[in-house]
Amino acid sequence: MSLWEYANPKKFMQTSSAVLPFVAVLTVVCLTVGLTWGFFFTPDDFRQGSTVKIIYLHVPSAMMAINIWVMMLVTSLIWLIRRHHVSVLAAKAAAPIGVVMTLMALFTGAIWGQPMWGTWWEWDPRLTSFLILFLFYLGYMALWSAIENADTAADLTSILCLVGSVFAVLSRYAANFWNQGLHQGATLSLDKEENISDVFYFPLLFCLAGFVLLFVTLLLVRTRTEIRARRLSALRLRERQAA
Amino acid sequence: MKALLLRDLALAVKAGGGFGLSLAFFLIVTVLIPFGVGPDTGILREVASGVLWVGALLACLLSLDRIFQLDYEDGSMDLLVTAPLPLEGLVAVKAFAHWLTTGLPLTLLAPVLAVLLNLDPAGFPWLVVSLALGTPALSMIGTFGAALTVGLKRGGLLLSLLVLPLYVPTLIFGAETVRRAVDGFDIVTPLLMLSGITMGAIALLPFAAAAAIRINLR
Repeated sequence: MSLWEYANPKKFMQTSSAVLPFVAVLTVVCLTVGLTWGFFFTPDDFRQGSTVKIIYLHVPSAMMAINIWVMMLVTSLIWLIRRHHVSVLAAKAAAPIGVVMTLMALFTGAIWGQPMWGTWWEWDPRLTSFLILFLFYLGYMALWSAIENADTAADLTSILCLVGSVFAVLSRYAANFWNQGLHQGATLSLDKEENISDVFYFPLLFCLAGFVLLFVTLLLVRTRTEIRARRLSALRLRERQAA
Repeated sequence: MKALLLRDLALAVKAGGGFGLSLAFFLIVTVLIPFGVGPDTGILREVASGVLWVGALLACLLSLDRIFQLDYEDGSMDLLVTAPLPLEGLVAVKAFAHWLTTGLPLTLLAPVLAVLLNLDPAGFPWLVVSLALGTPALSMIGTFGAALTVGLKRGGLLLSLLVLPLYVPTLIFGAETVRRAVDGFDIVTPLLMLSGITMGAIALLPFAAAAAIRINLR
């Protein structure tokens, strides 16, 4: 019994189909509880008013936007080293989710920034690096769709993901250096003293968990689709060769 | 290695090789800017350093797909790969040839264009230095992008989508160096960062590019 057993597509399909309903239900529960609690049962912030509630979408989506890229980095590495197809298909399946999360963080940020900073967009290091991350996702997806041979595409996108990660981190610090920011620093952690108020913190925890679960659910569904699509094309190929 | 370098240089300078095209492009971009933002010398002075860097970067991008495409199409790529020269070395030489035919002339042309854009005199030496330090990174990153897309029929547009985000740090530190020089601030930090990016790119990216070529030729 080892982790690598799940790299077998058949085993992966079995396990994921068993796990999927539970994760999906848990996602709905967490998001419903978190968002309802956050939107309707928390007081308005004394300075920010009701706009503070964008935090329940902004922070989780921003967090996922970065973490999904990290997850793609890990699965790409696994593909390059151990050649497990499920791994690279998971990376492929994750990219569009990552794009949506990045866009969501940018949009909610703009909506939040308008009343708070008086501007929709500011060339702030955090905002800029998210825009660049968005471009990285686009490039990664474009490369996937441009190459016909599936294995070649998997190899090349994995290499791009590795190199891209280095440059994404570099861009982050470069942007930081290039311009001083308007965006606040991290006010969210499990162990620090300065934290956002508990009233906002607990619903936010639910939302964070909900977004992670949402990603897992979507990732499982999309990876299953990718595996099925791969099987379908293999079947078609065999049929054509038989004919 | 030397033979390959000379061959690439000869091919680039020959008619249709694209040498001079990127220089002309750089010139045109720089000439277009005053039409776009207006001929006010004050505004031009403000944006000159950034415009020159962006122009050099785009001119560099223009010639990238030539690095491997022609060799790939006429089959000489297969011969080069089977040659005793390691593929990483081949990639490095190709990038160096690209820099000699694009980056170096751009660096030398930049001060002339800087006069057109009314760059502050304090910025001139550092514009040249930052371009000289930064364009090798542009060539190397571009070679990596070209290696990724070499197997594609019309990879030009995809190439720019892949490469431009990778150019961001180089651009930021390069333009920052010139801007700081103009404003009279300390320029050591961005210059060191810029050199660091170039060194890192030269040290690591040949391996990534060579891996991409191996996959594309499989």
